[in-house]
Parts: sequence; C-alpha cells; structure tokens
Amino acid sequence: MAAVTVRQALRDAMAEEMRADERVFLIGEEVAEYQGAYKVSQGLLEEFGTARIIDTPITEHGFAGLAIGAAMAGLRPITEFMTFNFALQAMDQIINSAAKTLYMSGGQVSCPIVFRGPNGAAARVAAQHSQDLASWFAHVPGLKVVAPFSAGDAKGLLKSAIRDPNPVIFLENEILYGATSDVPDGDFALPLGEAGVERSGGDVTVVAYSIMVAKALEAASSLAREGIEADVINLRTIRPLDTRTILESVSRTGRLVIVEEGWSFAGIGAEVAAAVIAEGFDLLDAPPRRVSAADAPLPYAANLEAMALPRPDDIAAAVRDVCYTGL
Amino acid sequence: MVSPASADPGLLTGFYRNMLLVRRFEEKVGQMYGMGLIGGFCHLYIGQEAVVVGMNAAIRADDAVITSYRCHAHALVRGVTPKAVMAELTGRSGGISKGKGGSMHIFDTAHGFYGGHGIVGAQVPIGAGVAFAQKYRNTDNVTLVFFGEGAANQGQVYETFNMASLWKLPCVFVVENNRYAMGTAVGRIKAGTGIFRRGEAFGIPGIEVDGMDVETVHEASKDVVARVRGGGGPVLVEMLTYRYRGHSMSDPVKYRTRTEVQKVREEQDAIDQVRARLVERGVADDAELRRIDRDVKEQVAEAAEFAQQSPEPDPGELMTDVLVASGDG
Repeated sequence: MAAVTVRQALRDAMAEEMRADERVFLIGEEVAEYQGAYKVSQGLLEEFGTARIIDTPITEHGFAGLAIGAAMAGLRPITEFMTFNFALQAMDQIINSAAKTLYMSGGQVSCPIVFRGPNGAAARVAAQHSQDLASWFAHVPGLKVVAPFSAGDAKGLLKSAIRDPNPVIFLENEILYGATSDVPDGDFALPLGEAGVERSGGDVTVVAYSIMVAKALEAASSLAREGIEADVINLRTIRPLDTRTILESVSRTGRLVIVEEGWSFAGIGAEVAAAVIAEGFDLLDAPPRRVSAADAPLPYAANLEAMALPRPDDIAAAVRDVCYTGL
Repeated sequence: MVSPASADPGLLTGFYRNMLLVRRFEEKVGQMYGMGLIGGFCHLYIGQEAVVVGMNAAIRADDAVITSYRCHAHALVRGVTPKAVMAELTGRSGGISKGKGGSMHIFDTAHGFYGGHGIVGAQVPIGAGVAFAQKYRNTDNVTLVFFGEGAANQGQVYETFNMASLWKLPCVFVVENNRYAMGTAVGRIKAGTGIFRRGEAFGIPGIEVDGMDVETVHEASKDVVARVRGGGGPVLVEMLTYRYRGHSMSDPVKYRTRTEVQKVREEQDAIDQVRARLVERGVADDAELRRIDRDVKEQVAEAAEFAQQSPEPDPGELMTDVLVASGDG
C-alpha cells in the first residue's frame, strides 16, 4: 500500500497496461511532449516512444473516429480528451460508431477503447468548460461509464477499463487529480460495475460519484455530530449501475439521497431513484431526494459558482429532509 | 487504346462477372424492396459498379475496405456471399450481421470489410484508424476508404486528411462522385475546383479517374495502391461515376431528367463497355457471355430465395451483442 495522487495512479495504470499489452496506446492532445495538459501522462513518452504515445492535432471528432477505427481493427486505444467538454465535438463517433457497431454487425466488430479525461466543473472556467456529462453517456446502450473518486479507484478502474472489450467512458475530475490516497501494491484492478461503500451508517444512504463522494463524506461527518449516521456509496461505475449494493444499503436505512454534480433533469440521480423505487419501494421510509447542480449553465462569478454546485450543506439538508429531522 | 488488362483476359472476364453480379443483385434488391420484403433505407449501387470492382482487383485479400451506407456492392466484391448480404437486407438470421444491421450496415471483418456506416462521412476517420492499426502492426496492408462527393463536405473528412498525411497512414481515400448528394447536384454544393484537389493543402496528392471504365479504374488504382503500400502516405482518388437510381428507394428523382440518365446509360455504361471489349478482343463469345449472365442470375435468385426462407432472428437476439461479455475480449 502506498499513498499516491489520482494523477499518478492514472499514469501508473496506463503504464502497467501498456507494458502488459502491446495493443494499448495513448492518443490525444498534448499527451506526449507536453506530458499531458494536466500532466497525467507524465513520463509515458520517454518510456513508450512516439509510436505509442501520440500527440494529435486539435481535432476531437477526427481523432475519436480514428481511434475507434483502430479499436475495431484490434488495437486498444486510450483516447484522452483534454476535458470531456471537448468530447461533445466527437459525440457522433462515440455514440453512433463506438457504442453501436458491435450490435449492428451482429457481434463481429467490437470496439475496445477507453475515452478518458477530466469531466465536471473545474474552478472558475465558466459554462462551456464546466459540466458533468455522465448522464449523456450513461444513456447509451453499448457504453460503460466509469467515474473514479480515490487514487485506488483511479488505478483499479482504469486498468479494468483498458482490459474491457467494450467502449468505456472514463470520467476523471480535474480537482481530484492532486488528491492523495492509498493504492494497493501490485497488479491492482477493480471490477467495473461494482460500487464501493466509503462509510457505513444505518440512518440514511447517500449515493454519489466522483468528487461528490468527497462532498458526501464531508456532509456525513457533520451529520454524525447531529446523531445521523450515513452510508456513503461511491458508485465507481455509473453504467452498469450496481443497484444491488444500493438496495442492500437502503434495506438497512430506508432513506436515500443521491448526489450528482450534473443537472438533475434526466440525470443519474433520477436513474438511481427510479431503480430503487422500482425494485425497493417497500424499503423506503421517505421519498428519495436528489442533490444536483443548479438548473442553469455554470456561472463564472465565484459566489454564483459556489451556489450552483452541490455543497456539503446542501447534502446535509437533503439528508435531514429524508430523515424528517430539523423540521 | 490497348489496355494492359487485355493481356489478362481472365481479369476482364472477372470484371464483367463481378459488375454483373452487383447490378443483378441490386436490381433484385429493388424488386424485393417494392414487394415489401426489404424495409427502411436502401441505397442501390447501380451505375457505379466499375469503381468497386476495379479497385478491389487492385488490393489484396488481407487489405481493408470501409464505406458508407451504399455498401452492398463493396461487401459482395470483397467476397461476402450474396446470400449473406441479401438475408441481411430482409432482416433474417442468415444475414451477415444476423439481421441486426440491415442494408446500411453490412460488415465482414473476415473479408477485411469494416462496413457499412450510416452517418455521412463518419467512416472516413474510422477507415484512417484501420489504416493506423495496419501501420502500428508494421504490416504493408492498405485501407480503401470510400465516401461520396456529399460526404466530401463534412469537417471530419479534413480532420482525417490532416492526421493521415501527418502520420503517413496507408489509406486510399476514394470519392465516389456520382454527381448527386442525395438530391443536390454536386455543382450546387462544391466550392472550388475538383474534389480530388482537396487534399493538396494537406500534402495529399489527388487524381481524377473515369469511374465508368473498369480497366481505367483498375490501372489507376494499382498505381495508387502501390504508392500507398510502399509507405508514401495517403492518396485521394476521385472516381467520376453515376448512379442510375435514386439516392435511396424512397427518392422520386425529380432533380434530374430522364434524358440525362439515359445518355449516361447509352454512352458510358460500365458493363456494356466491358461486354463490347470482351467480344471485340475475342476474349468471350456470345455463348460465353450468356453463360456468365445465366450463372449470375442463378446466384442472385438463390440469394433472394435464401433471404426469404431464412428465419427471422430469434427473439433472444434483441439483447445480444450490446456489449462483449467480459472475458471474451
């Protein structure tokens, strides 16, 4: 066990998988000579050379399509979007080509590719550079969607994503890149589709992913001082959704709060709530609550930006609501 | 003109047979569509046969081909059986994609055929990616990336030109200019000069080829493929061709005159040209040509029969092939 940053964990995962499998290569803007716009690919060019660490022009639609073609021809591309905001340029290739070709070809043409990069709000970069796109991708059959929180998640999930024979959308978070936590030694992989329980408590289930897990844990600490103990579930994988872990928790707590950084309309929170209501209606002692971004583009002004994103206080308030305390 | 193909009579006869197969196949598709046996969008290749037949003869079995939704012919000349293509069109389990792709999504990677793509232009970066994989593996394979003159206005085509040239990818970009992007004549949507020159700014040489003459197509393609296979980087080939039918089966073709179509058929038809040459050069007599016609007709009839007899996909197929099961990869 060693304490490393999320950034290092991601780099280690890529390096280990590239050493193990020659089909794996990294492609994207500034990934090679610049060492990554966020320094995630630091040192990879030196180890693997220009044939496998490939700087692209600024051409998201084009290089996403090219990487998809390489995957269809049997390689294992890791495709970095400098941020997922720019993946919107490549959406047609991701949805219509990567996600659907296996089905349309009757199982002949698979697309083992990872699209990775920071997703969600950064700090003070305004609306076009700050959005959580998890629900966009999670909507589509044929894609897996992963969102790590800790360094261990980052390494273990990225290794599994690279090994997965399907297209995987791997949603990192810029603010978490520098966060440090323990990562098990050796060839450590976490299975896709399994959530983690970050904190155990019997009063309420709080489901979150990515940086919202940190906010949920902060809220849980302050709630504990009020005598409310929260189960905090880190989804890790958004699709396929681990409803079993969520339902198991709700069966003990009877109460559910879902936290997402994105907008609530047709969001991940809605999906989790629907799954729990459909499969565990009798387990619930209160209507589920969602905590999400304000239903507006993200503002630049510091005070408005802070108001727009879910804060620990918002989560704590939602928990008190579902626990019928503080009324 | 004495074409080198005349030195290889078998080749010219093969061209004739393959072009005829494509035409008779597509004519049958048109009939079956009219009978309600084929649904959805369906784009016929009639008129353009010389392009795929001539180009396919210039590449090897282990090379790759990718195209748009007008894909039946490309699959057939790569060696996919007419039965497997036709049953895909009728949406049956015997189809090459188990009936789950339909007319626009024929794939057969065993024959190096990567589809069959429905979004105009999307196959261009994907094809460059297949070429990227060929180069990554240090093979000397090439990929033919087909697209229409309509797709030549999509931005991703130029994003791809840039990368393909920068990285000297082994791809031949082939514009099948059939003069109409759906219902819009090419002159109404194309700024500048010939499409074949649109790679120049990226350092991609281009040539314009009479796409109605299969021998010309073949000769030009051999040179281009040799250059690309030798590591010279991508080349852009504009094939001047013509489709006789509508853009798709639902196109009433109000945007051009019957006279225009008739003129091309009479003066430039790819199959008629080769038939005349076969006789003229003494390669095949009428009896031989009739035998080929009969064989092809039989082959197509068998495919049509198979495509109607093949059962619909099992209901269980609805939820298969959404994801590859972990461990299968």
